Amino acid sequence: MSATTTTTQLSKSPVGTPGPGPAPARKTSGEGRIGLRANLRHIGALARRNALQIKQDPESMFDAVLMPIIFILLFVYVFGGAIAGKGNNDAYVNYVTPGLMAMMGMNIAMGVGVGINDDFKKGVMDRFRTMPIARSSVLIAKIVVEVGRMMIATAILLGTGFLLGLEIKTSFVELLAAIGLSVVFGASLMWIFILLGLTMKTAQAVQGMAMLVLMPLQFGSSIFAPPTSMPGWLETFTDYNPLSNLADAARGLMNGGPVAHSVWMTLGWALAITVVTAPLAVSKFRKKT
Amino acid sequence: MTRSHTNAVEVRGLVKHFGETKALDGVDLDVREGTVLGVLGPNGAGKTTLVRCLSTLLAPDSGTATVAGYDVVRQPRQLRRTIGLTGQYASVDEKLSGFENLYMIGRLLDLSRKDARSRADELLERFSLTEAAKRAAMTYSGGMRRRLDLAASMIGKPAVLYLDEPTTGLDPRTRNEVWDEVQRMVSEGVTVLLTTQYMEEAEQLANELTVIDRGRVIANGKVDELKAKVGGRTLKIRAVDPADLGSMAAALRETGLDGVAGSTVVPDEEALYVPILTDQQLTAVVGLLGARGFGIAHIGTHLPSLDEVFLAITGQKSTVSDALPEEVAA
Repeated sequence: MSATTTTTQLSKSPVGTPGPGPAPARKTSGEGRIGLRANLRHIGALARRNALQIKQDPESMFDAVLMPIIFILLFVYVFGGAIAGKGNNDAYVNYVTPGLMAMMGMNIAMGVGVGINDDFKKGVMDRFRTMPIARSSVLIAKIVVEVGRMMIATAILLGTGFLLGLEIKTSFVELLAAIGLSVVFGASLMWIFILLGLTMKTAQAVQGMAMLVLMPLQFGSSIFAPPTSMPGWLETFTDYNPLSNLADAARGLMNGGPVAHSVWMTLGWALAITVVTAPLAVSKFRKKT
Repeated sequence: MTRSHTNAVEVRGLVKHFGETKALDGVDLDVREGTVLGVLGPNGAGKTTLVRCLSTLLAPDSGTATVAGYDVVRQPRQLRRTIGLTGQYASVDEKLSGFENLYMIGRLLDLSRKDARSRADELLERFSLTEAAKRAAMTYSGGMRRRLDLAASMIGKPAVLYLDEPTTGLDPRTRNEVWDEVQRMVSEGVTVLLTTQYMEEAEQLANELTVIDRGRVIANGKVDELKAKVGGRTLKIRAVDPADLGSMAAALRETGLDGVAGSTVVPDEEALYVPILTDQQLTAVVGLLGARGFGIAHIGTHLPSLDEVFLAITGQKSTVSDALPEEVAA
């Protein structure tokens, strides 16, 4: 912001006569702040844009549709026998599916960073940023649509899981809670990747950086194998790994067992990640030139 | 600077540095309400930086700028309600159809669903895009994209419209289409700040001109005034007998007409160059040469290029109070 402003016309009334016809600008209160209702309408219009983009480019749904199928088949049939013992693939479905739910969220979130980075190379972002809308609404709209994609991916994962012998040993409500928890956590991760997407120069760099962070988090967790089989230092790492917390929580909610600790840990992580990265991302977005 | 009460845009001492580069180095300019200001300058002169500062995309390092009375730094939200921006690169979503683009912008500007739909249809019609309304913008030609971009900028009925090199990269026919649209918007009372690299575009669209180079204003004034300084158009005349060129030039100098006095023969090209300021002078020159019985083989006009404009302006600066450039050329 400028420090040497010298204008003397602060209170001058606006000049300029808008063209003929009804002026669309609605009066807003105070310093031109955007009200909640208007904000929701803007988010809706921008989310619609993101959804229409998918319609125009259906290949962009491949990750949400095909990845869950490929991953669950791969893990149940290739690694399942080795991890749970030959012939125990069915048991492994019940172990790995809740974990894969956590992983799906992470993978979709990663795509958001790449998408935002790409989006910024286009002039339409300039238009959004010169319009009287809250700048955060552009980012929130993206998250809304990505959460939708995440839910589709989860539904496909569960559907495939059921075909492979997945059983919900608890109740429908607890299954919904497991889905909700992975979506909430996934949405919080999106802020990290939006921040990365706004910071890095190219989409490739975002992808590279994301892989670097994701690989150890994904595999150094309880997603694929019980940490009790790991060396002590790694077991400790997995205990603090939020993906383990989420996988454990989802597993507990779907298979039965203690969940309180892992659920609270997951919610805590989601909250902490959002509180730290969301304002940073919005501020980065605002200042981006 | 005495007419500030009718200025839609006022810029004073605007400075923006990118590291060592001074993109804007103390720019002052005014755009009077309801007029078109052309900002003329070569690539890298700071034109786009200026537009980005005035549209709240960039915060200036120092200086002030107000648009429709709102300060770019302190009142960005109010300011955004009064402006429209059409950039060098079409700022529409290529994956969305023309209609969807305009509808989305209408909704973002708080129009009801119904109003957003009808405003989108109205503008598609006006910019001759109705037939392509349902197609994704990525399938549009360059000219159609610019038109969609202009339509998008007009949804909010802005008081001030920024056009950042609106015809760069367009073929001449498409360029004329865009010019027509701009002139129509101006006739409806929109104030326009237009950046361009082309003298011809500035002459077509602008009432006043500001010439900038390396982030500084090097000249400004009415288009006609600047044209007089720069020398307006130049007539290129070929004689049936090249030996006549010298006496043709002499005959024109004798008339004492402004500008025409600067007639020069370029022997290598076997052509006579005659600077002219008005259409009447063009008629007078041709009439005079005909009356004296000279045979004209070819005649053509060209506008000064940006290079010539710069040469004329900087050349004028170096001779301070002394005379017009055409006299220097003579």
